[in-house]
Amino acid sequence: MSTQPSRHPGLNLGEPHAEAHSANEEFVFGFWVFMMSDFIIFGLLFATYATMLGGQAGGPGPDELFELRGAFIETMLLLVSSFTFGMASLALKYREDRKWLIIWLLISLVLGVAFIGHELLDFHRMFDKGGVPSRSGFLSAFFALVPLHGLHVTAACIWLIALLGQIAVHGLDHGVKISLTRLAILWHFLDIVWIGIFSLVYLGGLA
Amino acid sequence: MSHRELSAARARERATELKSYITGFILALVLTLIPFGLLAFTQLSRMALFCTIGLCALLQVVVHFRFFLHITLARNKREDLQLILFTTLILAIMCGGTLWILFNLYTRMLPGMIP
Repeated sequence: MSTQPSRHPGLNLGEPHAEAHSANEEFVFGFWVFMMSDFIIFGLLFATYATMLGGQAGGPGPDELFELRGAFIETMLLLVSSFTFGMASLALKYREDRKWLIIWLLISLVLGVAFIGHELLDFHRMFDKGGVPSRSGFLSAFFALVPLHGLHVTAACIWLIALLGQIAVHGLDHGVKISLTRLAILWHFLDIVWIGIFSLVYLGGLA
Repeated sequence: MSHRELSAARARERATELKSYITGFILALVLTLIPFGLLAFTQLSRMALFCTIGLCALLQVVVHFRFFLHITLARNKREDLQLILFTTLILAIMCGGTLWILFNLYTRMLPGMIP
């Protein structure tokens, strides 16, 4: 991929970011271990959801509750935000000025917030149709899985806002660079979890 | 608003990485549009749909790992890759076990729970 041997998951910053580049190896690997534990949590919630699919207790099922259009919009928002965050990583790596880094980060933030907003709207519509968590085992499993992902996205957005604040106050010091590298991993990882959600929950439920 | 003074090697690296992100984005987009499109506009059987959705999802996960998280098969990345593979093994045991045990139980005692 590149001439430099890569030292950790995600985009490596490379030699010009000497301090952040060498510190990243441990920090990012530690964060990667945390991501993998998150991966297990989501994996088991997927398994729980699959075992609860039949437990609708006469309540509304996937056909009545899910809308393909909403799922598609959310998927696109998250996929594009993953790409724009990649562009932010590249801007961090190769540009001296902060302009493009901030622009790409802001675009990612807006897309992330739009995703959360749209997801909340979806949940609201589900509630209107009687799809509340306490209605059936199926809905409890759904609301354990999907909003947990939404909560992760919310946390990532808050983290991004905090980092934008840090950039404004401290500038691009190596602490901020390391945090941005880790947030990039979280951001891309959450998009991977969403692949599982839209495939199994939404597409599988509507097929 | 100019680039950092990039050496030729660095500029080449940047071009490669930019291309890798764009390739990843296009692949991910196609792998998303296929299952959504099939579900919305065709009348395939459920089984065919499930298989396509599952296959596209698996491929898209690999694409994201490769192009966005930069997990490759290169030698220096083995530690990360091993961690993913080990996590996947643990998940396969726990998820597989959960599904096996519970659906076996449903078949024997609660046929109504089988979707």
